[in-house]
Amino acid sequence: MGGSGFHPVGRQDKMEITINGQTETVAPCTLSQLVRQKGLDPHGLVIEHNLKIIRQAQWDTLQLRENDTLELLSFVGGG
Amino acid sequence: MQQDGLDIGGRRFSNRLFTGTGKFASKSLIPKMLAASGSQMITVALRRVDTGASKDNILNYIPPEVTLLPNTSGARTAQEAVRVARIAREAGCGRFIKIEVIADMKYLMPDNSETLKATEILAKEDFVVLPYILPDLILARRLESAGAAAVMPLGSPIGSNRGLKTAELIALLIENCTVPVIVDAGIGRPSQAAAAMEMGADAVLVNTAIATARDPETMGKAFSLAVQSGRMAYRAQLAPERLTAQASSPLTGFLQS
Repeated sequence: MGGSGFHPVGRQDKMEITINGQTETVAPCTLSQLVRQKGLDPHGLVIEHNLKIIRQAQWDTLQLRENDTLELLSFVGGG
Repeated sequence: MQQDGLDIGGRRFSNRLFTGTGKFASKSLIPKMLAASGSQMITVALRRVDTGASKDNILNYIPPEVTLLPNTSGARTAQEAVRVARIAREAGCGRFIKIEVIADMKYLMPDNSETLKATEILAKEDFVVLPYILPDLILARRLESAGAAAVMPLGSPIGSNRGLKTAELIALLIENCTVPVIVDAGIGRPSQAAAAMEMGADAVLVNTAIATARDPETMGKAFSLAVQSGRMAYRAQLAPERLTAQASSPLTGFLQS
């Protein structure tokens, strides 16, 4: 995608994605890399990527793209 | 008496007190409460991760032998509950789900019709579905037909500690349901938990009354003993009530002056 005509200045080094309703600017990365960057415990962590649940086994290969929407969810206390 | 386990979703529970993880002053109280009470199933909720907050994972405070019962709190419709349930299962913590569909924020009353819709969908997807309901026999029968693993009628509003205000309606469920009846919500005292078990409830779920007690660990144990006592009394069959007195001591052979 970096060499396509959509990005005349060359490969993007930053992109905007939405995480839990907040827009964030991040460097291109996989889902696994994002989880590590955020310091999140993967135990019990669930991720929806563009409304689709992504199994943990696929986190390594899922490359995030501009305007992706992520929901990061985990368990909390509740009755 | 012979073994008295409760079978739900392919698991056998020897302890009929189910608990919750909400409202504890510190998460470190949860494993202490679980050890003291012997509770074998505990609820958790699913929420967006706060990436700026503490990374203290609640799952690290729940021993692996305790069954997790994720709830769908926050869901206002069947569709939202189904979405939460699917996400919860994907978290890798089993297939139990407490359906909680609430649109009324004053009394936190469950929406029975949306709860039925969610149960129909999730039971077909092989979830172990435990719907939280306002006690209604007709609904309970529909939930059974839809494949619910139990029904969970409320005693009084969530967190109110007001006890078994719906006792007469819960009694109808106990009398007629083929799936376990678990009294959930509103139980504020061990004596109320015992009363529910004496009536024939299969289990009770208590969160607020334990978590917000001054000493949750000891209160967990108190509830557990009350549940055991109530269950034992139910199985022993209570003696009948009478309007008039019936002497316990013989009325003949008195000492004469």
